[in-house]
Amino acid sequence: MLFNIQRYQPEAASAQQVGAQNATYWQEMTLDDALVKPGMMLLDALKLLREQDPTLSFRSSCQEGVCGSDAMQVNGRNRLSCITPLAELSQPIELMPVPGLPILRDLIVDMTLFFDRYAQANPTLNAGKFNPDQEHLQSPADRAKLDGLYECILCACCSTSCPSFWWHPDQFLGPAALLAAERVVIDSRDIQPKQRLEALSDPYQLHRCRGIQQCTTSCPKGLDPSRAIRQLKHQQWTQS
Amino acid sequence: MTDNTNTGHNTPAHPTNSSLTTHQFDVLIVGAGGAGLRAALELQRAGKQVALVSKVYPTRSHTVAAQGGINAALGNISEDNWHWHMFDTVKGSDYLGDQDAIEFMCQQAPRIVRELEHFGVPFSRLDDGKIYQRPFGGQSQHFGQSQATRTCAVADRTGHAILHTLYQQNLAAGTQTFSEFFSLDLLIEDQQVTGLVALEIATGQLHQFNANAVLLATGGAGQIYRTNTNASINTGDGLAMVLRAGLPLMDMEFWQFHPTGVAGRGMLISEAARGEGGLLRNSLGEAFMVNYAPKVKDLASRDVVSRAIATEIHHGRGCGPNKDYIELDLTHLDAELIKQKLPGIRDISLTFTGIDPIEQPIPIHPSCHYMMGGIPTNIHGQVMTQTNGENYPVAGLYAIGECACVSVHGANRLGGNSLLDIVVFGKAAADHILSRPAEVCTTKTPAPKAINPALLKRMQAFQASRDTEIPNDANNDDSVVSFKRDLQQMMQRHCGVFRDQATLAAAKPMLEQLAQRLKTLRVQDPAQGFNLERIQAFECENLLAVAWATLESALARTESRGAHARDDYPERDDQAWLVHLLFFMQPHITLKQKPVQMQPKTVAPFPPIKRVY
Ligand SMILES: Cc1cc2nc3c(=O)[nH]c(=O)nc-3n(C[C@H](O)[C@H](O)[C@H](O)COP(=O)(O)OP(=O)(O)OC[C@H]3O[C@@H](n4cnc5c(N)ncnc54)[C@H](O)[C@@H]3O)c2cc1C
Ligand code: SF4
Ligand code: SF4
Ligand code: FES
Repeated sequence: MLFNIQRYQPEAASAQQVGAQNATYWQEMTLDDALVKPGMMLLDALKLLREQDPTLSFRSSCQEGVCGSDAMQVNGRNRLSCITPLAELSQPIELMPVPGLPILRDLIVDMTLFFDRYAQANPTLNAGKFNPDQEHLQSPADRAKLDGLYECILCACCSTSCPSFWWHPDQFLGPAALLAAERVVIDSRDIQPKQRLEALSDPYQLHRCRGIQQCTTSCPKGLDPSRAIRQLKHQQWTQS
Repeated sequence: MTDNTNTGHNTPAHPTNSSLTTHQFDVLIVGAGGAGLRAALELQRAGKQVALVSKVYPTRSHTVAAQGGINAALGNISEDNWHWHMFDTVKGSDYLGDQDAIEFMCQQAPRIVRELEHFGVPFSRLDDGKIYQRPFGGQSQHFGQSQATRTCAVADRTGHAILHTLYQQNLAAGTQTFSEFFSLDLLIEDQQVTGLVALEIATGQLHQFNANAVLLATGGAGQIYRTNTNASINTGDGLAMVLRAGLPLMDMEFWQFHPTGVAGRGMLISEAARGEGGLLRNSLGEAFMVNYAPKVKDLASRDVVSRAIATEIHHGRGCGPNKDYIELDLTHLDAELIKQKLPGIRDISLTFTGIDPIEQPIPIHPSCHYMMGGIPTNIHGQVMTQTNGENYPVAGLYAIGECACVSVHGANRLGGNSLLDIVVFGKAAADHILSRPAEVCTTKTPAPKAINPALLKRMQAFQASRDTEIPNDANNDDSVVSFKRDLQQMMQRHCGVFRDQATLAAAKPMLEQLAQRLKTLRVQDPAQGFNLERIQAFECENLLAVAWATLESALARTESRGAHARDDYPERDDQAWLVHLLFFMQPHITLKQKPVQMQPKTVAPFPPIKRVY
């Protein structure tokens, strides 16, 4: 099985290693077909490749698509390596870090900006006063409105495939953060949805979304950030 | 495209960065799972300077994977009260749990769950708007009479919802987080824990964190087994830090094998699947649990179900060409119910086996899931140690969550009780720190000091090359990967669902051998930044310490209790073994005993009786 991987090894380059004049380069790697078992995921293959070359760097943790560690660009599409079946991929399998964030080493990018935008979106519910004897009531219908919003794993597949986020990562919140914003705005328990919508009324944070829908296409959890963004805009409009 | 052979093996290693960046905080929390985040929130809101140190971004912590739910006697569906919850937990623990701690946890449960709801956890709802609850194994009404419905659930993504909600609350509170910092060792002065040393993964830089209190919340260590439901980061780092500091671990022989891991892969199919009506079937199509637990069948306690599955397979009634797995059948359930209440496990099954549980049963096999043992603490989360038979708290050190052993789970944890444990004791430890007199909280902290030479030596040893004083005697092709594989294999074979003297004892020379290998284990990656091979080397060291504690304790406990099933000692022996086991690694390997706390504070104790379901 053939791989073509975009490497970035800044230390090796600065140490002037043979063959590493450039910190960024492409490397072909081969995985013995005998090692490829049915049902294997891309992450399993990457771990085997790392046995060939321990410097090959990528993040991973849960290995089942719930922690959001291992987003990467696979044959041109942002995916989680741990739930991407090898059998689906045409060879050579081309791997790159997700675009738009600073690359730190090989497939590892700096997530600071992404998490900063998430915090800026104020994703924290404010349910008012706490009553230790009784939960806030919420009808099943109101609870159902959160489905498709709360399941986000903050993998950044969406935001790093969004052209608006590439160009304005410091001003446009990006689809993941906006999905989180909508998740609280629409929660029947929240006591300040109006203020939240107002806080997003400047030309950038929300309104830089151009509705290109790349985000929705690339979400590995099948969520629809683009729809959440439309809802936010609509709520803002009906309110004013 | 550049032709490239850049593996860096022939380059001199960059000298290990031995300069220290120093930080000063009131409280240091290692681990940003549910336990660490709950404690951080309480402390940060109370105005403490808190640092949250985690080897991954908080939302990557393995709490995210918890599916089924969190227990609290809310009684939203059928009558319930905390005292029944307490009874079930004591019985589930096979009477090894400390009854004062269990009492406290069950009493706190309704409030702590409502608090989570208030923080924003999107619990599934009943028609009357209250939190949805589902039945889980080992739950009863009226002290063992009828099945209770006690597990509060967010569909089958409860852990994800709790972790993300607590993270969001910490963002709002302004908790300072050091993500991708790998904690290496505790700093101790005059028997007082004063901080720790951590490695910044992105740069290889070492950091010294000083604090008046250190809370360990580093989670589980299921990676000591080959087949497990745990994330690759669950390597028991906090436990090994404690052992290296000369402090004990407790009850390490008790590991929960979850009955329903995906066969051949390990990942979890939640007990919620059986809670919603799923049935285990053998190759004859029999729903066999009735033979092992006539009353509650598939919802018996996890140790019972895992042993039943192992026994069925052992007797040739396993499914598949190799008769090596059992089937979890959901096909008789309503498709809508599966889609609504079990969407996550349907996803997992589709992704990893290609099977849609609506149409076909899922192949399953027991998988190592949860560590009942851990760092011994009292009810306030203070880490306990023992000298000359006297048990006392270690100044400045707390442990909470799965890495801690309070002990509320004893010899076997009930499903839904761990998420409860992590938030209840996360908050309790924070409360205890806040309740300490001000002067204790503002003790002078030690000036930054040179890094512990022993630690530096270990770091350099892993990265040995020509330019360090450690000779590169690693004339071998050993690697972190094969080391870990061999360790996991050994544990899987020698310390699984069933154990006996011979197989356990046979593993001891293997431990010694692994310890030898560790001395010459070398990291090939010379880089400082994101040197994940070096992180794995440290994790291997930690896994070995945890495995050692497990094997020694399992060998010593000559009885069967809860998850510890000895073929050669099939009965529970309360005369000799109604007692906790402490394992020390420093200055040398020692086992000690500690009494089980049988006396609750507000109700009568539950005396040990035979456990039947
Ligand atoms: C698949 C699965 C399903 C489960 N389902 C349920 C359920 O339905 N109900 C239930 O009650 N329980 C369940 N459990 C158990 C429960 O989820 C865990 O016991 C619990 O979440 C552990 O939480 P924690 O905060 O202690 O640790 P974790 O969430 O594992 O967090 C550990 C933290 O420690 C950090 N850390 C570790 N080592 C270091 C180091 N060296 N340096 C710095 N940081 C470090 C990590 O980065 C992480 O942030 C389940 C467990 C699994 C595996
Ligand atoms: S729909 Fe909006 S957020 Fe999504 S990719 Fe397009 S511009 Fe970005
Ligand atoms: S919306 Fe989807 S793609 Fe975006 S961060 Fe969340 S899970 Fe990832
Ligand atoms: S490793 Fe957790 S999502 Fe892939």
